Parts: sequence; C-alpha cells; structure tokens
Amino acid sequence: MNKTLTTAALVGAIAASFTATGVVAQEKEKCFGVSLAGENDCAAGPGTTCAGTSTVDYQGNAWTLVDAGTCAEIELPAMADGTARMGSLEELDRDLPQS
Amino acid sequence: MSAVSQDSFRAALLDASRPVPDGLLDGAGRPAGRRYAVYRNNVAVSLREALATGFPAIAKLLGDENFAHVAGLYLRQEQPGSPLMMMYGTGFPDFLAGFEPLGHLGYLADVARLELAMRRAYHAADAAPLDPARLQALDDDTLRAARFTLSPAVQVLRSPWPVLDVYRYTLTPGSPKPQATAQHVLIARPGFDPEPHLLPPGGAAFVAALMDGAPFGTALQAAGETFDLPATLGLLLQTGALTDLTH
Amino acid sequence: MYDQTNALPPLPGVGYKPQHFIALMADPAPVGWLEIHAENYMGDGGRPLAQLRALAERFPISVHGVGLSIGGEGRLDPDHLARLKHLVGWLNPASFSEHLAWSTHDSHFLNDLLPLPYTDATLTRVADHIDEVHEVLGRRMLLENPSSYLAFAESTWSETDFLREVARRTGCGLLLDVNNVFVSATNLGYAPQAYIADYPLELVGEIHLAGHDEDQDDHGLPLLIDSHGSEVADPVWALLDLTLDQAGARPLLVEWDTDVPDWPVLAEEARRADRALARIAA
Repeated sequence: MNKTLTTAALVGAIAASFTATGVVAQEKEKCFGVSLAGENDCAAGPGTTCAGTSTVDYQGNAWTLVDAGTCAEIELPAMADGTARMGSLEELDRDLPQS
Repeated sequence: MSAVSQDSFRAALLDASRPVPDGLLDGAGRPAGRRYAVYRNNVAVSLREALATGFPAIAKLLGDENFAHVAGLYLRQEQPGSPLMMMYGTGFPDFLAGFEPLGHLGYLADVARLELAMRRAYHAADAAPLDPARLQALDDDTLRAARFTLSPAVQVLRSPWPVLDVYRYTLTPGSPKPQATAQHVLIARPGFDPEPHLLPPGGAAFVAALMDGAPFGTALQAAGETFDLPATLGLLLQTGALTDLTH
Repeated sequence: MYDQTNALPPLPGVGYKPQHFIALMADPAPVGWLEIHAENYMGDGGRPLAQLRALAERFPISVHGVGLSIGGEGRLDPDHLARLKHLVGWLNPASFSEHLAWSTHDSHFLNDLLPLPYTDATLTRVADHIDEVHEVLGRRMLLENPSSYLAFAESTWSETDFLREVARRTGCGLLLDVNNVFVSATNLGYAPQAYIADYPLELVGEIHLAGHDEDQDDHGLPLLIDSHGSEVADPVWALLDLTLDQAGARPLLVEWDTDVPDWPVLAEEARRADRALARIAA
C-alpha cells in the first residue's frame, strides 16, 4: 500500500492511529512503587545478594527430560526441514485482520 | 604450606568431580571436606536461581527439575561477565537453541529471547514519549523525510513461532493455548513496566527501519504491501516507543 | 530533602527491597536509613533508579557493594569501578562499603563472597585495592568481615589483626557483621566474644545483623550458613549487646535477602535493633 499511499491517505492513517489508540488522552503515570504485574516484578530479573544458601546443588550426569512443565501442554511440532514451525510468515500475514 | 590459588579454588567450585583443593581446613585443622561444598552450593544455586528469576517462562515451560538441570549445565559453561546480575543469561537463548535434548521444543530459544528483551527494557534508560501533536503538525513531504528516535527500551523480536502466545500462555492464567503461527513482537516500556505487543503485518520491518535511522518514507517502503500503518503507528505512540523526530 | 553528606545515623536501618517501597514510604518507623546493593542500581534507568531517587530524598542511604572483588588476585575491574564512581557520584550516599572477599576471576563473576587466606600477600593486595577505591571514589570506604565456612592452612594472621592492619595501611573504616562473627566463630570453633574483644571497634562505621541457617559438617559439627533468610538468632542479638556495650551506639542494619518477608516482619526486626540501641542509651 505504501507505494500508492497518497498524501490524503497518509494523513488519514496518522489520524486513525491516534483515534484507534486514544493516545491523545494518554496520561503519564508516575507510579514507581508497584509494577502492573503486581508485587513480583518478573521483568526486573535477578538482583545481587551477599547471602549464602543452604540449598544443595545436585549436579549429576544422568538426566533425562521428564515430561513436566507447561511445555507438555503445548503442541507445536518441529518441522523436518529445519524451519521448525507449522505456520509460515505468509500465512500469518494472510490470517491477520487488515485494517 | 600449600597456597590455594583462586584459579584452583574456582575450578573446583564449578566441577564437583574435582577434589576439594588442598590447604583448606576446618577449625581443628582437618580437611575442609563438605565445608567447601557450601561455596559450591552458593555459586551454583545462586546462579541457577538468578536464571529462574530472569527466565520465569522458560522455568515454567520446562518444570523445576528439567530447568534445574539445564540451568546447571549453562551456568557451568557461562558465568556472569560482570557483577550486574540483572544482565546475566544473555547467552542462555543460544544455549537452549543448541541443546539437543530440547530440540523438539523449537520455540524455547525465542521465548528466552523475549524474556531477555523484557529485562533489557526494564533497565533501559528513561525517555519522554513524543508528543503526537508534533506528528500531526507535519505536512506529507516533511513526514516522509522525517527520522525518528526510539526509546532505548524498544526492541523487535521476529519469531517463526507463536512466541508471544507461548509466553502469555505460560505466565498469564487464562491465556489461550498457542497455535502454530509466526509472531513478530514489539517490546516497549511506557512508564516503568515493559510490555510485549504483537506487531501487525509489516510492523517489524517498519520499526526496524526506523531504529536503523531510515526516514519515515523509506521505512514505509521497507514495510511492504500489506503494512498496517495506523495499527503500527498507533502502537508505537501508545507505548511511548517514539521519543523524538527530526526533519 | 535528606542531606546525604552526613554519616549514617546511629539508628536502625534495613536492607531495601523493592516490594517494601510503599509500606516504607508510608510508615518507616523505626527505620532511620536504608542500605542498597550497588550493583542493583547500575542499570540505565527504569523503576530501580526512580525508586532510589525517591528514597534518597527521605533517607540516608548506605551503598553496599557486593561485586568489586576486593580480594581478587587480578586487578580491580576498571569498568566496575567506573560504575561505582558514577553511582556514588550522583547519589552521594552517606556511606559506601564492600567485603573482605573475592568474587571475580578471569572476568567471570561467581556471585558469591569467596574466602581469602590471611597472609602478607593478601594483605598487600587488599590494601592496594582499597587505596585504589579511595582514590577513584574520593571517599573512605568501610570493609566488612566475611562469614567463613573453612580456614586456609597458609594463613598467618588472625582475621581481627588482618582487618586492623588493612585499616591502618589504607585509612578505611570497618563494617562489623555480628552475624558473620557468630557464623565464623561457630564454624571454626572459637568464641565470638573473643573475636569482639580483639576487634578494633573504634573503626566501626556500621553494624550488620542477619539470620543464618544451621547445617552439619562431615564430623557432625555445626556448620552455620549465612543465609539472610530468617530472623536474627538470639545469640547474635546477645553478641550485638556485648558489642554495643563496648563500642557505643552505631548504625545497625538488618539484612533479609532470601525469602523476604512482608514489611511488618522486617519492621519488627528493626524495632528489636532499636531496643538494643535504647538499652545502652539508658
């Protein structure tokens, strides 16, 4: 669409981007006390400590993948051709609603 | 009296098959034995817990036992390059990608990349968002020639996997089960909380071009025929991804 | 705004945790100052730095480094020193402290405070590194005694003499962690009271308190772990009383780094520290 995007269409697209998101009315929140995700601020990542641990690390050589964790519920088979997916980008683009 | 070098102290820390270095004692002058194991545990467990904190989706996807083993292998291969623990694990996605026993879970590495991007965004420099009025004030030609500055928090992740859906399904209760599809994700940080957003068609190429410093018009060309400009631009403005423009 | 150019006050403080931000700002009593780990505030921006700026408006701040590896065999990491200089520069905290330990080797950070043999060679190295810190930061630092789980056959100095000599050579102050004293004394089989008696208390700029875990060594002897994940143990409070009797009032910090409790639990520990200070004032 970009090759044929006229001035009017471009201006219209920009206006649409504002109304679609309500960005004009967006307020700046200065809340640094709590994260939106709640108390456990996952995105912060690990911090430092100067403490030791009494948890014991068992690092054996024998290990086989046990069928546990959320991955057991997700079925996204790897493809033999190495693209490792079922859907392709082109399919994604077609499937998405166009605005 | 045998001197224990930090080289030998470290080598045995990360390899439990090595003997405890000579010259380490308990209070009565006997060999230190499992007292040395306290340091082994401190190093391995603290790094493993750091990885679990930094990659909560990977930890949940694999389950505790699998994650502990995989993290244990990784931390012995790659320790933090600096005392900034917030940055630890940058090599973990590639490690996962090359870890044969998890080869059937092809999406893992990209989920880890998304988690890493969220972490980078969290600690990125603050930047005030662009006033949308400045965009509206431009005429067509000026807009096409304009170059944008993006917030330091902004990152784009292009995955052949439904990476955002897997991430949400894993961490957000009630999220739908991922279906096989490719997803491009914008990571931005309005305020202090990073957010991942699905990019509309052409969005990733458009944002990547803007990040490279291309003019708006060139980025439009890069975005391709199916580009959804209103949705993409709306997302960028809504998330404070754009901070400045020059023309 | 709090004037950070003053030293830490002889009051209870706590190790700051982000989950306590709102409770702490609403009602900090009896907490009179806060300690942060330097490395957690070396990002470029975002919530951590916004919180720190807000806290520094109200509280004296102690910057406690956990990653400088002052006892490392290699040179101090110039990048990390520069990061510390930047943080201490803009924050101008009431105190800066680090550990008698090493944690980095060949550019690998091991995320633990690893032990040092107390030899002449270690003494020279530690003193040189502290001189460098003083020069780069332009301020005097406090050096903290470690928790020990083992001893080095090659050691020729007692820990207290070693610390006294480092302080004499460099002019640094000391951070006395009484839980570490109790942990090390139990683990290595000496009396913690004797350590306090030998320790140069006149150099103490800050005292640390924390909880520990109990384990056993190969011979069934007690092996205490400095885990910072529970209330301060009663014998450590008793050791604090003994210390304060001899040293007078000092800034007292309660550290709680793992299994961090809700604010009221930590505030209660701070109140107990406050009572320890009130006891010697009476």
